[in-house]
Amino acid sequence: MRRQIPILITTIAGLVFAISYFIPHDPFGESESIFGDWITIVQAFAVWLGALNLLKISFEKISSKSADWPYAAIIVVSLMGTLAVGFYDGYSGMAQDPQISFRDPGTNFDWLYRFIYTPLSATMFSMLAFFVASASYRAFRARNVQATLLLIAGFFVMGGRVPLFDMMISPITDFPVFSWFADWIMTYPNTAGQRAIMIGIALGIMSSSLRIILGIERSHIGGGSG
Amino acid sequence: MLSTIAMVLSLIVGLSLIYLLIRTIQGHPVERRIVFIYIGLAVVLPLLMNKTLPLPITKDVQKLYDQLEKLQPGSKVLCAFDYDPPSAPELQPMAVAFLKYAFKKDLKIIIMGLWPQGPQQAQQAIEEAMLDPIIAGKNLVQGEDWVNLGFQSGNEFVIQSMGTEFKRMFPKDNRHIAYGEIPLLQDVVNFSNVDFVINFSAGKPGTTEWVQFGVDRFGFEMVAGNTAVQAPMMYPYLRTGQLKGLLGGMSGAAEFEKILDEKGKASTFLLAQTFAHATVIIFIIIGNLAFFSSRKKKMAGTP
Repeated sequence: MRRQIPILITTIAGLVFAISYFIPHDPFGESESIFGDWITIVQAFAVWLGALNLLKISFEKISSKSADWPYAAIIVVSLMGTLAVGFYDGYSGMAQDPQISFRDPGTNFDWLYRFIYTPLSATMFSMLAFFVASASYRAFRARNVQATLLLIAGFFVMGGRVPLFDMMISPITDFPVFSWFADWIMTYPNTAGQRAIMIGIALGIMSSSLRIILGIERSHIGGGSG
Repeated sequence: MLSTIAMVLSLIVGLSLIYLLIRTIQGHPVERRIVFIYIGLAVVLPLLMNKTLPLPITKDVQKLYDQLEKLQPGSKVLCAFDYDPPSAPELQPMAVAFLKYAFKKDLKIIIMGLWPQGPQQAQQAIEEAMLDPIIAGKNLVQGEDWVNLGFQSGNEFVIQSMGTEFKRMFPKDNRHIAYGEIPLLQDVVNFSNVDFVINFSAGKPGTTEWVQFGVDRFGFEMVAGNTAVQAPMMYPYLRTGQLKGLLGGMSGAAEFEKILDEKGKASTFLLAQTFAHATVIIFIIIGNLAFFSSRKKKMAGTP
């Protein structure tokens, strides 16, 4: 029963979603909304699960004094501190008239978001620029025909996405060579490639969805297929 | 003064790149740390210059603008903020420019987010838009001229449920006011009651999910602003008309600011991006010179 009931729920929910796409009327439309609500609730719980898992792993690192355990301690303090500030702001905001949310401008949580979370996450993301530049320098080499084609495409797309390169050739020609070629690459070869990937993904999703709906694929409930 | 110093420094940096090029040809490859320093300078120096570059408007941005121009004052626009602070340098200028345009045109804005940080980014964009004297003079009221419904978890299923009823996913707005008590939402039940949808997206859930679960199924008209990394994946939807227009990355944001005549951060940031692109291209050329130089030596039999 521990395996049959989840498979039954999955089959019913999967069929309802598939049928309601073509017949959006009751009972399929209403059933789809109910299952949609379930998914939303389960995903909301997944956020908590993720936070608890992060805490568990961090506490394990701290207690065993494994490598980089001070970073785990910083994670725990940051998480608990942000939670405490959020709960405090949310609770005190409920008493105000009109009520304010913990996310509203002027709250302590909003201060944390604007002046700690935003610059820290922007810093992490900005570091990509350095690594992308370094990787491009080392890896973008014209070793063979395919690599040379990629190099040429990359050269024109990078050059065409900013106005400098067309400005540089403007004394020779008024035609925006770089931006035109970048646009051509994006509109035709890129679109063709993206379509191929999308069709491949869609076919893959359809086949694995059918396997799950029919109960052939059972890895999501902790078992192998078949 | 600062701008002049930055320009002189940029010139010196540019000339030193030529020196690196010559050194590479002589058989001295560039270290990784040198690349980091040059990229850092290429990003920082242009930000001090306070200059903008002449920018042509691409057809995707023009199409997006044409769609917005069709909207009449009072039209309801659903605005989905699906990004977080790391993507804000590219997407926030788009959002601010759009909100300024929308508020000046008296469009009614319904904000929501499939990313937890999205509605907070929207709040910051609204605050920045409100600094515009024309918008400040309109004395816009939250709940009547715009509403922030906040975040809802559930990814694409939120879009799917909103097709039946917005209230189901957003029973209250971010101020805890019940959906039914918000004047702007009095006659808004589902997508059929909004005139247009715009999505600012940095990944999943984002524009792909909005097209697949929203546009395809419920038939509303939509445009999107994406990060430069994500934008290439949207071209199939643009070509089929499922997306009516696209802003891609910093250049898309700068073009959008230009076409709306709203000078914002993207126009300034674009100069930094231009210098960074140029630096990367020069280093790719240097890298290839080093590669060919070493291959030539190997073929000649020298160590």
